Amino acid sequence: MNLHEYQAKQLFARYGVPVTRGEVASTPALAAAAADRLGGDLWVVKAQVHAGGRGKAGGVKLARSSEEVRAAAKTMLGQRLTTKQTGADGLPINQVFVEAGSQIARELYLSMLVDRGRERIAVMVSQDGGMDIEEVAANTPERIITIAVHPAAGLQPYQARQLGFALELDSAQMKQFIPLVQNLYRLFDASDASLVEINPLIVNTDGQLLALDAKINIEDNALFRQPDLQAWRDPTQEDPMERSAAEHDLNYVSLDGNIACMVNGAGLAMATMDLIKLHGGEPANFLDVGGGATPERVAAAFKIILSNPAVAAILINIFGGIVRCDDIASGIIQAVREIGISVPVVVRLEGTNVEAGKSLLADSGLDIVAAEDLTDAARKVVAAA
Amino acid sequence: MSVLVNKESRIICQGLTGRQGSFHAAQCIEYGARIVAGVTPGRGGEQHLGVPVFDTVVSAVAETGATVSMLFVPAPFAADAILAAADGGIELIVCITEGIPVLDMVRVKAVLKDYDCRLIGPNCPGIITPGECKIGIMPGFIHQPGKVGIISRSGTLTYEAVYQTTCNGLGQTTCIGIGGDPVRGMSFIDCLALFEQDPATEGIIMVGEIGGTDEEAAARYIQAHVTKPVVAYIAGVTAPAGKRMGHAGAIISGGEGTAAAKYAALEAAGVKTVRSPAELGSAMQALLG
Repeated sequence: MNLHEYQAKQLFARYGVPVTRGEVASTPALAAAAADRLGGDLWVVKAQVHAGGRGKAGGVKLARSSEEVRAAAKTMLGQRLTTKQTGADGLPINQVFVEAGSQIARELYLSMLVDRGRERIAVMVSQDGGMDIEEVAANTPERIITIAVHPAAGLQPYQARQLGFALELDSAQMKQFIPLVQNLYRLFDASDASLVEINPLIVNTDGQLLALDAKINIEDNALFRQPDLQAWRDPTQEDPMERSAAEHDLNYVSLDGNIACMVNGAGLAMATMDLIKLHGGEPANFLDVGGGATPERVAAAFKIILSNPAVAAILINIFGGIVRCDDIASGIIQAVREIGISVPVVVRLEGTNVEAGKSLLADSGLDIVAAEDLTDAARKVVAAA
Repeated sequence: MSVLVNKESRIICQGLTGRQGSFHAAQCIEYGARIVAGVTPGRGGEQHLGVPVFDTVVSAVAETGATVSMLFVPAPFAADAILAAADGGIELIVCITEGIPVLDMVRVKAVLKDYDCRLIGPNCPGIITPGECKIGIMPGFIHQPGKVGIISRSGTLTYEAVYQTTCNGLGQTTCIGIGGDPVRGMSFIDCLALFEQDPATEGIIMVGEIGGTDEEAAARYIQAHVTKPVVAYIAGVTAPAGKRMGHAGAIISGGEGTAAAKYAALEAAGVKTVRSPAELGSAMQALLG
């Protein structure tokens, strides 16, 4: 689950990670009022969307008066922002963050994530802040320094110093950095974050370290024990089909093709997408109906799939273990009758009660194509699309 | 033969009295697994599915001599249950539970270093030695005792490999579901080492997927240490790179973690790979023919 920049900065402030002063606003008038309260003569108006690359897309604007703040907010609020991270549709801008402008002396990079290979929280810094960190990693990886934190010890001062020396901080800046990074680690651990990124972490012309941007992603598996953070969920920033699927306990990811699939099990669902492509088709989605594929779930899955107008054929691939193939067949028949489906449906069943399942489909009178095996299923659905 | 579990293995089930635990433990017992006790804190002294229930792993092990635990404990409490099992003297912990927070598993793995035990999972279908012992949720009837060891990160995709090797007569020695989580117990390498040592295992099937570098590390291990034929399939060639907000994830993996990278690493190590999951059984048969 992603947090907005303004939420991440609130969390930073709570944990003693210094942030630029700012306020969130949902109308141009409120944005101007925020600017007045913040004072000063330079502000930054930032679109609050769950994606990076806002600057290049016009989602970050400088303003030198509260009137300019109002105007900048007006260009953003109610519009959709399309960045290289959002996909063609972009994301809706419902809020902006109005921030006191900073006089930047240096831009640094600081992030933390779970390093699955080392089974540790890893902390990364680079002197090349304020730029695309993926490019830094690709072109000059030696400019990124990484340390791993042992869960029993936490982030030790010697590790914080190591990172600070890598950033070539002076002693006054080091005095700020050591508690900053230790506090950020405590935030990461206590919040069940999967990613925390400050890009840039600035040194301003007064020698203060401040988080100019803040990205936090909270691990979905841990939301059950993070109710305060879960309350910050913003569904307007999520793909509506993926959100709808999640509400039905289905796992769904949109893709660009025209052959939809419905499968039980994530590995098998990925394999099914791959199989469609291997046989010359383009998958429209990933959809895992999971272990409890009841008629209701199957019907819900159909509805989600069919809400994508690009879908020209559907492949249902079920390997029944606990789940019974005749139950699945009943569910498919019921759903097709209920919703009325106008695209070809290919069904491949295997496992428990497979013969009973196949009979039900054959006798249903519905235009459902039965497949003999995986390869036959892929060929048939690609041909039908 | 087999690896890790056989018809002698004495198994406790943590979470036996819950809905999932009850249902699946009953299926395991029906298959022939020797489930000798259940552990549910607060329900000690009861009988469930014909076996005694204990409050703690320690008391269950003291009473029954069990060395294996099958965990059906809900995600919020599962890490605790894994540590209770290790501290209680269990040698093989099979954690079926999905949804355990990754930071819990980071802490669990650090603690497990102090114990002489193995963890399979979490978020896995379990482990089965066909004809002898089923610990998990896999459908027993598709399996057949035989000569192929199977290691997989998936559930139902594993069943495809199992079904194909059953249908073509090869059968399986042991099938290990290592699970779909990023921080987990036994790795591909841990399982490969066991299958390499097992006299009955003549070939090994690996079913991997995108994410992490376990398959890449396994490829290097196979090149150096595995003499038996290996067939590998990687799911997720068409999976999108993901709608990430932050950029930090790419740094650590340095381009690794894609299906393409895994196929490249495995092929460079001389592993036979298939691009369709439908070809796992036939590819193994060709190598063992």
